[in-house]
Amino acid sequence: MSALPSYAGPLERFWYYAFRFLCGAIFVFLISPIIVMIPLSFNAEPYFTFTPEMLALKSEAFSLRWYQDILDNEQWLHSMKNSFIVGIAATLLATSLGTVAALGLSRAEMPYRTLIMGILLSPMIVPLIITAAGLFFFYSYLGLAQTYTGLILAHTALGTPFVVITVTATLSGFDRNLIRASSSLGSSPQRTFFKVILPLISPGVISGGLFAFVTSFDEVVVALFLAGFEQRTVPRQMWAGIREQISPTILAVATILVCISVLLLATMEILRRRSERLRGLSPS
Amino acid sequence: MAAVTENDGVMRAADGTPLKQALARATRMNKMRAFLLTTPLLAFILVSFILPIGLMLFRSISAPEVAEAFPKTLEVLKQWDGEGVPGEDIYATLAAEMSDRDNRFNLGKAGTRLNYMESGFRSLMNKTTRRIKRAEAPFKDAFIKIDKRWGEADTWKTIRQAGSPYTIRAYLNAIDLTQEPSGDIVAQPEVKQIYVTLFERTIWVSIGVTVACIALAYPISYLLATLPAGTANLLMIFVLLPFWTSLLVRTTSWIVLLQTNGVINDILVWIGIVGDDNRIQMIYNMTGTFIAMTHILLPFMVLPLYSVMKTIPKDHMRAARSLGANPAIAFMRIYMPQTVPGVGAGSILVFILAIGYYITPALVGGQDGQLISNIIEYHMKKSLNWSLAAALGGILLAGVLALYWLYNRIVGISNMKLG
Repeated sequence: MSALPSYAGPLERFWYYAFRFLCGAIFVFLISPIIVMIPLSFNAEPYFTFTPEMLALKSEAFSLRWYQDILDNEQWLHSMKNSFIVGIAATLLATSLGTVAALGLSRAEMPYRTLIMGILLSPMIVPLIITAAGLFFFYSYLGLAQTYTGLILAHTALGTPFVVITVTATLSGFDRNLIRASSSLGSSPQRTFFKVILPLISPGVISGGLFAFVTSFDEVVVALFLAGFEQRTVPRQMWAGIREQISPTILAVATILVCISVLLLATMEILRRRSERLRGLSPS
Repeated sequence: MAAVTENDGVMRAADGTPLKQALARATRMNKMRAFLLTTPLLAFILVSFILPIGLMLFRSISAPEVAEAFPKTLEVLKQWDGEGVPGEDIYATLAAEMSDRDNRFNLGKAGTRLNYMESGFRSLMNKTTRRIKRAEAPFKDAFIKIDKRWGEADTWKTIRQAGSPYTIRAYLNAIDLTQEPSGDIVAQPEVKQIYVTLFERTIWVSIGVTVACIALAYPISYLLATLPAGTANLLMIFVLLPFWTSLLVRTTSWIVLLQTNGVINDILVWIGIVGDDNRIQMIYNMTGTFIAMTHILLPFMVLPLYSVMKTIPKDHMRAARSLGANPAIAFMRIYMPQTVPGVGAGSILVFILAIGYYITPALVGGQDGQLISNIIEYHMKKSLNWSLAAALGGILLAGVLALYWLYNRIVGISNMKLG
C-alpha cells in the first residue's frame, strides 16, 4: 500500500484512492468525537452546538465561563482531589503487587502459569457490573463501602492486570544472565532487583502504572456502587452531570480530561521509544 | 556442587544425597520461589475480588429466609401428602411461629422471598401475621377466615417449596421460566418474559458491534501496517488518543454529536438532507448505543489486528502478483488467511467487552437500548431482587468466562498485549 506500483491499471488506481478515502473517513470517525467538544467547551451560550457567531469566529461567542464554573464549584474540585487520591494510591499498590507477580510469572520454573495468569487477569475480563455488585455486598459487610479504603482496594484490583501484562511483556525481552552476573558478584536478591532488574524494566513498570492510573481515573461503575458522596470521583461526578441535567461544564471537564490523555499518550510514546532503545542496547 | 560417585554407582551431590534427588529439590525450590513472588497479588485478587464475586453468585441459589422463619412448620409439613388442605396441627404450628415476637425480623424476609415465588404473598403474610396473634383455636378456620388462600393446597405447596435453603428458582426466572407449586417447570406468563429477549438483544448487539469493528478496523490496520513507519506512527495517534480518552468523555461527546439539536443533525439540516422539523432521532435508542459502543471498542480491534498484520511480509503479495494472481485474489488467498489470528483475538476481546457493557447503554441507550448489565443494576439497586440479579450475573459471567477460555486457547493469555 505504501506507493502505487507503476504497473497498476486504472481499476487499481481507482481502488488505491478509494481505499485511502475510506481510511480517512474511519480516522475522522475515531477522532471527531474527541475534537468536536473542545471548541464547544468555549461556547459563550449554554448550547451543545455551534452557534452562527461561533462559526463566524466572533470573539464574543467564545468564553471561559464553563471553566470558571469548574473552579467555582466545590463538588468538582472535591471530586478532582478524590480522583487523584484514589488513583495514585491504587496505582502505587497495583504497580508494586503487579510487578512482583510478573517477576514470578516470567520465571521459567513458574508452576500452573496459565491458571494463575488467568486468575490475575480476571478483573480485566469480568463485566464491571458483576465486579461492582460483588464488591458492594462484600465491602458493605466489612464496613468498607463508602470509604476511601474500599474504593482504593477495588481500583487496585481492577488496575493490576494491566501492570502484570505490561511488565511480563517487558520481562520477556530481559536478559536473565544479568541476574546471574549480579548474584555471582555477591549481591543479594533485593539488591539485584533494585539495582539491575528494576532500572531495566522501568519503562514497562511505568507504563503499567499509567494504565492502572487511567483505569482508576476513568472508572465509574464500581464508584457508583462503592463511593459515597464524600468519595465522589470525577467520572462519578460526570455521570451525575450527564444523567441529571447536562451542562456545558461537562464539556469543559471533558476537554481537560482529553488534555490529560494527550499527556499520558505522549508519556507512553516516550517510554516505548526508551524501552526499544534499551532493548537494542542489551545483548540478547 | 561436585558430583561424587560412590561404590554403589549412584551419582551423588557433595552432601551425599543422590544427584537426582538433589536436582529435584533444587527445581522444587525454584518453583516455590517463583510461586512465592506471585502470592501477594494472587492472595489479594482471591480475597478482594474472586471471593466477593463468588459470595455474590452464591445469593443466586441461596434462599434461607423461609427455612429460618418457619423451621417447625416446615418440619410438620413434611408429613403432609400434598392433597387437599393440611391438618390443624400445621396451622397451629404456623400460628405459633407467626406470633413469636423474636421471629418478627425473619417473617419480613420470608415474606419477601415468598413474594418472588408468588406475587401477593408478602401482603398475605403481613395481613395474616397482624391478625393471627389475636386468633384462637381452631387455627385452621382462623387462617381461612383471614384469607381464603390459606385453604388452598397451592399456598402450602409454595411454602413447602420455599423451605429448601437452596433453589434454582432465580436461574429459572433469569431464563423466563418458573416453578409451579406442584413442582413443574413452566414458561413465565408472556408479560413477564423479558430476560431471554434481553440476553438475545445483548448478544446480537455485541455481534453487531464486533462485526462493525472488524469492518472498520481491517482497512485502517492494513493501511497502518503497510505505510512507512514514520507515517504509520503519526496516524496511530488517531487510534491511541481515543483509546486513552475517558469512556465518559467519549460517551458525552456522542451525546453532543448525535442529539436532535446536535452537531450531526445541524449539518444534515444545513446540507438540506433533513428538514429542520424532522431531525433524526439518533440517540436514546439502539442506534446511539451501537454507534458509541463501536467507537469505544474500535481500538481494541485495531491494536491486535495491526500487530498481526505488521508481521506479514510484503513479499507475499508481490510474489502472488508475479505468479499471475490479480490483486483481489492475491489479497483473499494470501493476505487474508494470515490475518485470521488477529481478527480472532480482536473479535473475542471486543465481544467480551461489549457483552458486559454498562455505562454507554445506560447513558445513551434510552428505553430500548438497554442491555443485560443495565437490568442487573436495576435489580441490584432498584427492585432489590438480589437473587435474580445474581442469577443474571451468573449467566453473563459464565458466558464471558467461556469466551475467556476460548481466547486463551486461541491467543494464549500470556500473549495479551496492550498498546
